[in-house]
Order: sequence, then C-alpha cells, then structure tokens
Amino acid sequence: MHRFANPGQFLRLSGAVVPWLSAGALVLIAIGLIWGLFFSPADWQQGNAVRIMYIHVPAAWLASAGYAGLAVCSVISLVWRHPLADLAAVEIGPVGAGFTALCLATGSLWGKPMWGAWWVWDARLTSVLVLFFLYLGHIALVRAFDDPVRGYRAGAILALIGVVDLPIIKFSVDWWNTLHQPDTITLTGAPHMYIAMLWPLLFSTLGYTLAFAAIVLTRTRAAVMERRIRGLLMARASAQEPG
Amino acid sequence: MDLVPYIAASYALGILIPGIFAVTAYLRVGAARRRLAAIDPRANRPGAGARARRGGSS
Repeated sequence: MHRFANPGQFLRLSGAVVPWLSAGALVLIAIGLIWGLFFSPADWQQGNAVRIMYIHVPAAWLASAGYAGLAVCSVISLVWRHPLADLAAVEIGPVGAGFTALCLATGSLWGKPMWGAWWVWDARLTSVLVLFFLYLGHIALVRAFDDPVRGYRAGAILALIGVVDLPIIKFSVDWWNTLHQPDTITLTGAPHMYIAMLWPLLFSTLGYTLAFAAIVLTRTRAAVMERRIRGLLMARASAQEPG
Repeated sequence: MDLVPYIAASYALGILIPGIFAVTAYLRVGAARRRLAAIDPRANRPGAGARARRGGSS
C-alpha cells in the first residue's frame, strides 16, 4: 500500500486512472438518468415522483460511503501518519458535503409532494443532517490551525468520532418509526423493487460513484502538486535569505 | 399535483453539484500543473514535458 501511496507513484497512477473513471462516470450517469427519467415506469403509489430516486439514492449512498472513506483516511493518518491520507481526507470532505447536501435537497424535493412537507424531524433525515454538519465541521477544523498537521490530526479525530452516525443512518428506519421508507435494496436480500426501476438505479449509482472517485482523485492530485509547489517556494525563499 | 418542477429541480441539482465539483477540480489540477512546471527545477530535464503532464513531482 505504501508503494502506491508514494506521492510520485500516486500522481502517475491516478493520472492514468482518472480519465477512465471520468469517461465511465459520464456514460453511466447519462444512461442511468435518461433511462430513469424517460423509460423507467412510474410507481403505482408515488407516480412520477419516484424518478427523483435516481438522483437521491446515489447521493445518499455517496454521503455515507464518502464519510466511510474519510474515516479510513483518518485511521491511516493517525496510525501511519501518511501525508497522502491527510490530503485525501481534506479533499473528500467538501465533495462528501456536496453529495450530502444533494441528498438532503433531493429528499426535500421528493418529500414535499409525497409527505406534504419539505422537512420532517424524522430519524433518517435528522441523522443525515448530522452527517452534513460532521462534514462541515471537518472542513472547518482541518483549516483552523496555522500548522496544517495539527489540523489534519484534529480533523481525523472528529471524523472517527463521527463514524458513529453511519450505523445510526443505516438502521434509523428500523430502530424508530420513521416517515422515510425502509431500505429497498440490501446486500443480503432480494431488492423490493421492480427490475425496470432497479437497472437505471444501478447505472446511476455506479456512475455517481465513479464520478465521486474521479473528483476526489483529481482534487488530491492538485493538493499533492500544491504541496510540492509550497515546498519548492519555501526552499527557494530560505536559500535566498542572507546569512 | 404537478410533479415536474420537483423532478426537474432534482435532476438539475444532480447534474449541477457534481458538475461544479468536477470542473473546479479539473481547473485546479491544471493550474497546479502549470505552476509546478514553471518553478520545478526538474521540469527542464529531458522528458520533463510528459512528467509535467502526469503531475511532475518525480
């Protein structure tokens, strides 16, 4: 793992992977959204409002998966003190917050016609809102210190504390009576969804996942280069200092 | 109830939010690459053009 986490190796590897991830993301998202919007059937109960699912579900998945990625980077950062994990964690934060905001916004847009309210203090919605605040807290904390390393450590600790929210999000619909529907797709059981709706959902979910990975890798590439630029400028400035 | 505004707004956000992140990431990496190529002493070595396109740090 350390071999691939070497900054130079990372730049070479990610430079080769990102174009393929981006192309795959564009194709899969286009297929998933066009299929979901125009060719998948309307729900017998919700009508055409179910088409919001093709945006909302991938955003919800990536809000949680992104935070899990942030937590993994935080463990690597705290245990092995690897600088690439620090940079990746910093870059995952805003992207994860963006997808969580997308999940909350599309949830509201789905909730208004179905429940008659933009927002309810339901366990699932509230726990996702907490996740959004955890992302914002992480973004603020890693930038709050003059010494970036102290910021990375503080952010990593916050990210690990916040992991407790992930099982709460997942099981909130089972533990409490919620207005939000229970999970329709699980890893262990058959999906409770018509197959003509499942396929476009899988396409859009996979497409958005590739897009998330491509965006985070590109941002991390930029962060690695910016760190090298800062290092070069500091070396140049110290070489020019008299005495 | 007319659902079109809700669906249209969801799809617009679903394209806009990831799109903005993608474009800003692409612009940021391009700017970092150009800046690094301008100040990195190793950028003048043979094969530096390809190295700069990959990120230029090794």
